[in-house]
Amino acid sequence: MSYISLSNDDKKKMLAAIGVSSLEELFCCIPDEIRLKKNLALPVPLAEPELVSCFEELGRKNRESGRTSFLGAGAYQHLIPYVVDYLSSRGEFISPYTPYQPEVSQGTLQVIFEYQTLICQLTEMEIANASLYDGGSAVAEAVLMAHRLSGKPNILVAETLHPQYKSVLKTYVKNLDINIIEVNRSEQGGVDLDDFSQKTNAETSAVVCQSPNFVGVVEDLDRISEQTHSQGALLIVAIAEAASLGILKAPGAAGADIVAGEGQSFGLPLSFGGPYLGFMACKKDFIRQFPGRIAGQTKDVDGQRGFVLTLSTREQHIRREKATSNICTNQAWCALRATIFLETLGREGIRELAYQNIQKAHYALEELSRIKGVKRKFSGAVFNEFVLEFEPGWSAVENHLRRNMVLGGLNLEPFFPELKDCALVCVTEVHGKDDIDTLVRLVSEVLR
Amino acid sequence: MNREPLIFEISAEGKRGFRLPVLDVRENREIMNCFALRRDVAGFPQVSEIEVVRHFTRLSQANFCIDTTFYPLGSCTMKYNPKVNEKVAQIGNFLFSHPYAPEDLVQGNLEILKTMEDMLCEITGMEAFTLQPSAGAQGELVGMMLTRAHLQDKGNPRKIVLIPDSAHGTNPSSAHSCGYRVQEIKSNERGTIDLAALSQQMTEDVAALMITNPNTLGVFESDILRIAKIVHSKGGLVYMDGANMNALIGKFRPGDMGVDVIHLNLHKTFSTPHGGGGPGAGPVGVKRHLAPYLPVPVVEKTASGYIFNYHRPKSIGRVRSFFGNFLVVIKALAYIRSLGAEGLREISEISVLNSNYIRARLEDVYHLKYSAPTLHECVFSDKFQREHGVQNIDIAKRLIDFGLHPPTMSFPLIVPGALMVEPTETETKKELDAFIEAMKRIAQEAKVSPDMVKSAPHASYVRRLDETAAARNPVLRWEIDGERKDK
Repeated sequence: MSYISLSNDDKKKMLAAIGVSSLEELFCCIPDEIRLKKNLALPVPLAEPELVSCFEELGRKNRESGRTSFLGAGAYQHLIPYVVDYLSSRGEFISPYTPYQPEVSQGTLQVIFEYQTLICQLTEMEIANASLYDGGSAVAEAVLMAHRLSGKPNILVAETLHPQYKSVLKTYVKNLDINIIEVNRSEQGGVDLDDFSQKTNAETSAVVCQSPNFVGVVEDLDRISEQTHSQGALLIVAIAEAASLGILKAPGAAGADIVAGEGQSFGLPLSFGGPYLGFMACKKDFIRQFPGRIAGQTKDVDGQRGFVLTLSTREQHIRREKATSNICTNQAWCALRATIFLETLGREGIRELAYQNIQKAHYALEELSRIKGVKRKFSGAVFNEFVLEFEPGWSAVENHLRRNMVLGGLNLEPFFPELKDCALVCVTEVHGKDDIDTLVRLVSEVLR
Repeated sequence: MNREPLIFEISAEGKRGFRLPVLDVRENREIMNCFALRRDVAGFPQVSEIEVVRHFTRLSQANFCIDTTFYPLGSCTMKYNPKVNEKVAQIGNFLFSHPYAPEDLVQGNLEILKTMEDMLCEITGMEAFTLQPSAGAQGELVGMMLTRAHLQDKGNPRKIVLIPDSAHGTNPSSAHSCGYRVQEIKSNERGTIDLAALSQQMTEDVAALMITNPNTLGVFESDILRIAKIVHSKGGLVYMDGANMNALIGKFRPGDMGVDVIHLNLHKTFSTPHGGGGPGAGPVGVKRHLAPYLPVPVVEKTASGYIFNYHRPKSIGRVRSFFGNFLVVIKALAYIRSLGAEGLREISEISVLNSNYIRARLEDVYHLKYSAPTLHECVFSDKFQREHGVQNIDIAKRLIDFGLHPPTMSFPLIVPGALMVEPTETETKKELDAFIEAMKRIAQEAKVSPDMVKSAPHASYVRRLDETAAARNPVLRWEIDGERKDK
């Protein structure tokens, strides 16, 4: 296939207008010794129907579909209203660039402004940016921001922060003067407050705490906030399951200084891990250190309201090496999908969605923990994920489930060796009672 | 023109745009006492489905985009986004695939990742790739981290990264984010790297040279082999920003020019749509000596199938969750598969032809600071129009009245009043001619009616917006007075 739009005649006329006789002449500035002397060794081009078949064939090599899955752990199955797909697939949303020219980008800019408002409302924070890459890099950017604000070297990180976020964070700070100190997990599955208070001191720049955390437990943010602030540190709340914001007390209400997380739950399909949506919100006072694009409201010469990218003196194209982040392209289209998703669900829908997650997860949790040989690992309150310990070991259970077309949960041993025989099970509103009952029946078959 | 209100302004109590299925499990109201709950999300909108549909449809119509408009934004490579690529990325077996699904159930996904890495190696002449970075700037950061890890391994991570003064702002920012000090290299009269300056600045304190080739002027660094030799002779690495790969693809390979590490922008050269500012993807390619440091996990093909290898002791670690923007990778792979070797070569040939055609027809009317031959883009300036008080921003805004998207203006910093034009290979001659005619007419208007140009745009959804006021008094979210009390 070729997507070129010039006719043979066009090419001739254009070469003549330039004053050269061949296309090759246009490349005369490049030394011949580095010219590729052969065709690239790539497979023959495919026509459209062949291309579609080729990818359908690759898709069939995935054998995941048709299975009922209870996998979560940072990538969640949620309903997506059909209008999200319908509206977000418009070329006017998919095919523009970053809105550098506001007069011809009001659609994108107003969407970002609404998105920022929705994120502020959900987190109860004062300002939000236009998006970051994903949850992991958003948490890393939040830590860098806290470090710029406080100038202190130590960052306390809850052990129950998503392991991948932790890993991204470590990569980001490796070459900077920042120390990462982990805070233990308590018996109940939350932050160990004693360990936390021992490790917090005047050198602590910020505390990073995820809620609901990686093992599903909802943290006591009020207490963590109090302790963090008593030492003059900043509280960064990480959110991996954004659907929880629909019903749980907002991080801002608990005193968070920065909220950073993953917005995949808002209208983005699982997509084998990406593209997802990093979001970030903070207090207004921190604006000069806030990373990423921000849309703001202004007026045109006729006094009419309009929107622009603003506060760009924080950004790389103005500040270069002194910028608050190197980010340029972010995840605007994913933020668009989140905006459509949230506005369609609305005030009642977002709460109902979160409520159903709690109810369905607890129904599953109650039924599963009734089975002899299955034990709820942590007693802390959970949103839509929980850890179960299986007496015969997880792999025996997992294999039986897999044979019956069920993916029952995530094996936690690779992440936390002490959680041998444990799995993280996620239940959301997409699971019907039948799905949950089947899971319960299959697990009890193994343990009978 | 009627402007679309904010969704919050049309919201009213009791309206719903979606209904969830009725809860079908035993309800446990007591469990709710275990949590600190919020009553609701204060201020959240309540609208009907048709209101949502009209709202976003009308908003979409306030955008210029590649599907409707010529969009010659320099260094952004706004080419046509083939629709079939969207289709294949929507195949259910990819879309609903969980990133923690057992590897044996997602062999198709792993094959896609591995195939893409191999093809990018062939296209660039590099020896290993990571697809993890989410965008160009994250690719740059990874490239710098790899550089640092490699040099650290050899005993000294070094302190400085050299960057030409023509570079995009992300380059210095990325180097700084990796703990390096940035030292600028002045361009010579051709707009390219001055070899004498480079030789002088290239010491054993320098970790790498970050180079864009062709550079942001569209000029090829024809001394690239000598440049690489100077850098390598002092033990430094050559990093190439691949944002301008559209000029070279299929004809020249960075790997054959002494480049040690490069990032590509799949949302530029490889046609994946930019989405109004992402998602993109910024894969990073390296020569063999840097491969051990690539982010984990790395896809490998074994006798029993594809696996993710997490056990890479020298790896810099992860830079994002999971495996990168997978659906973007699918679209770019579909693009490569439909074009093949010849189709890729045609990209560079025609993008260079289109750009040179615009240059040839406009260089009498618009000042060209550097006269060196250019490839896929060229950078004019407003020098001639400034005599009449008309600046690049005025020219840009006036183009909007002709239904054309303006060129890039924010850089390169070495061209004051820059107008960086990149037409890409997919445009018709008719569109190019319309742009050329509009630019000529604006040049004429600048002489006879400069005020009209300075007050443009006149026929857009909104007229010229006050960006200074937006920054001085930031209003970054909608809020009504009662909202906070309402909690």
